[in-house]
Amino acid sequence: MSAAPSTTSALPKAAVPFLKIPEHGEPYLEGHRCSACKEVFMEARRACPKCTKIGTLKPEKLANTGKLYNFTVVHRNFPGVKVPFISAIVDLDGGGSLKGNLVDIEPDMSKLKFDMPVKVVFRDAGRQDKAGNKYLAYFFIPA
Amino acid sequence: MTNVYVVGTDMIKFGRFPERTVDDLGAEAALLALADCGLTIADMQAVYCGNLFQASAAVGQRVLKQIGQTGVPVVNTANACATGATAFREGWMAIKAGVYDLVLAVGVEQMGKGLLGGGGGKDDGIPTEGLLGSGTMPSVFAHVGLEHSRKYGTTFEQFAKVSVKNHHHSTLNPKAMYRVETPLEEVMNAEMISYPNTKLMCSVNVDGSAAAVLCSEKKAKELGLMSRAVKVRASALASDPWSKHNLAAMDFNPVTQIAAKTAYEMAGLGPDDIDLVELHDCFATAEIVHYENLGLCKDGDAGRMIDTGETALGGRIPVNVSGGLLSKGHPLGATGIANIYEITTHLRCEAGERQVEGARIGLTHVVGAGSACAVHVLEKV
Repeated sequence: MSAAPSTTSALPKAAVPFLKIPEHGEPYLEGHRCSACKEVFMEARRACPKCTKIGTLKPEKLANTGKLYNFTVVHRNFPGVKVPFISAIVDLDGGGSLKGNLVDIEPDMSKLKFDMPVKVVFRDAGRQDKAGNKYLAYFFIPA
Repeated sequence: MTNVYVVGTDMIKFGRFPERTVDDLGAEAALLALADCGLTIADMQAVYCGNLFQASAAVGQRVLKQIGQTGVPVVNTANACATGATAFREGWMAIKAGVYDLVLAVGVEQMGKGLLGGGGGKDDGIPTEGLLGSGTMPSVFAHVGLEHSRKYGTTFEQFAKVSVKNHHHSTLNPKAMYRVETPLEEVMNAEMISYPNTKLMCSVNVDGSAAAVLCSEKKAKELGLMSRAVKVRASALASDPWSKHNLAAMDFNPVTQIAAKTAYEMAGLGPDDIDLVELHDCFATAEIVHYENLGLCKDGDAGRMIDTGETALGGRIPVNVSGGLLSKGHPLGATGIANIYEITTHLRCEAGERQVEGARIGLTHVVGAGSACAVHVLEKV
């Protein structure tokens, strides 16, 4: 963007490129739908990974609701990463699949069900980069 | 096109050798494989070297500086956990094409301890491990296992039984890193890493090397090497095709199915003709899904297969009698060629206590994140 930097500023950065933070309005996940095969991908690509058509991927705002396709409770991770946590793979309603943390529910396998409905929420990542910038991340919560 | 044979092969006992170098480890296996067929590096027309962690550092050439700089072409391969198998396959292809009669394939890796995957040394931005799910290998393969549970109801106990079996097999293999029985309760009660993978259901990061000498039919006959030769009936490599959850979660199933189908077609046989299998049990969950991906049973039958002991030594189709990656160890670049060594050893009836009786045809499989899958079918001559 060539617009002058905002003087009010203070928008956090996005933890991943497909998390969009508009200056006005709510953050959202952006996917790219192939106009030929209709599949949705989280990131832009030169051609469709599924059908190989070139230039058919168009950005699209994705749903904030979906279903829990897969999950695991992670008990051991790198130093500094808080465990246990739930690593979840979610199919968004209307298209798009992505991995993220499922929160606001006990990290206990017996509490988790395949296909349980979830919502996408946007919260502070709790991590900063070397320059001290704050980041916004997406999380899944039980719907 | 000529038939291609493995005429010499060997591996070092896998272990932890922090005081040694990658080239020294690779050189040891290379010399062992050459000695196995009574040849020397001077007989080799090309060298194919698989190594992942030093992929930019001319490992194959460094091996030759340890065992003889003959000036032959050296090709270094890096292809995730299919690195060693890819080096082997490149050698096979060169002989098939009629370019060479004798080549050496070496796979070698020096590993640290600890978790693989999920890292992110980005200069800008923040690490996303543990923030946006988990990309560590135990977590990735936890998702692989639970996808099987989702479809077929596969249980924690069934996954754990894979580890019990392969640890048992390793007690019969003098070249395995660990040679310790692990009863089911011990496997299930070990530290949970990513459910359902406990620590004893994760492969062992070890240092190791393995090598194979590949030869054309004409040359093998000329050199009198046919009596212990093993024919490469098929060599197949695949990359991951598009599948719905591949980009979010890594899907190792279709890539394996493609490589297996290609290999069976090339070999002109099917899963029922296979007498033993060395497959990529990087985690206990992985072995279960690959029973189906390789066609060893029908879809949904893998849990029953591990329950009934069909894949244990003495069973209908023994899998990972070497101890597998879970107990023999998994030095990434060496693993694919170590599998070739294991199958060849059985087809030569030289596997000692763990010998699969009457083995005539064996299959090797490796699959690495990214993804790359190699399947080879070997046959007793």
